[in-house]
Amino acid sequence: MISITDDIIIRTVSRVLIPFIQVYALYVIMHGHHSPGGGFQGGVILGASFILYLITHGLEEAKERMSELKAGLLSTFGILLYSGIGLLCLIMGRNYLDYGGLSTLLKVIPAQARSLGILGIEIGVGIAVMGVMFSVFFDISTGGILPEDEEDLGVNR
Amino acid sequence: MRILALITVIITGIILIYGTVDMPDWGDPNSPASKHVSPGYIEEALEKTATPNIVTAVLADYRSYDTLGETAVIFTAGIACILILRRRRRQRK
Repeated sequence: MISITDDIIIRTVSRVLIPFIQVYALYVIMHGHHSPGGGFQGGVILGASFILYLITHGLEEAKERMSELKAGLLSTFGILLYSGIGLLCLIMGRNYLDYGGLSTLLKVIPAQARSLGILGIEIGVGIAVMGVMFSVFFDISTGGILPEDEEDLGVNR
Repeated sequence: MRILALITVIITGIILIYGTVDMPDWGDPNSPASKHVSPGYIEEALEKTATPNIVTAVLADYRSYDTLGETAVIFTAGIACILILRRRRRQRK
C-alpha cells in the first residue's frame, strides 16, 4: 500500500503543480479543435495528475479525491457519453454519430453542430481515458487488494 | 542450418526491398492514396465541420466509429485489469 511521503518538498511541490496539470489537461481536451491534442492526450494528462496525487499523498488521502469506484464509474460514463451523443443523432433522424442532426437541438448551423459534437465526444473520451488510467494504476500499485480488505484476505505486508 | 537461415533472410529482404521500388514517392500528390478521399477532407473539412484542425475533424467526425472502437479498447483494458487483479471482499457471515 502506498502511504504518504515524509518529504515535505515532494508534498508541497505536487500540491502546487497538480492544479496546473489539471488545467493544462482540460486545455488540451478543449483546444483539440485548433491545435494538436484531444480526448486521449488530455485524458492521459488528467489521469497522470490523479496518479501523482496518489503516489505523493498516499492511498488513504487519495481515495477521498478519486477512488477506484469513482474511476470505474467515470470511465463507463465517458463511453456512455460518446455513444449517447451518437444515439442522440440517431434519434434526430440522422445516421449514428452524424452530428449534423444535432443542429435543430442546439439551434445552430450544421457545421457548428458538428464542431460541438466533436467537442462532446472528445470530453467523453477524456473522461473514459482518465478513469481507465487511474483504475489500472490503482490495481497494479495495490495488487488489487483494497486496504480495508487486507485483514479479510489474510494478507500480511 | 544457420547459414541456410541467413540466406533465406537475405533473399526475403532483397525481394521486399525490390518491392518498394514501385511504391509512390513520399508525399506524392499523384499517388493513388492521396487521390481518393484526401482532397475531399482537405478542401471540405473546415467548411463542413467548422473545425480548423483537420486531424481532429477526421478522427472524431469522419472516422467517428473508429474512435468509438478505440475508446472501447482502452475501456476493455481497464476492465481486464480489474477482473484479473482486483480481489473480491470475502463474504461476511
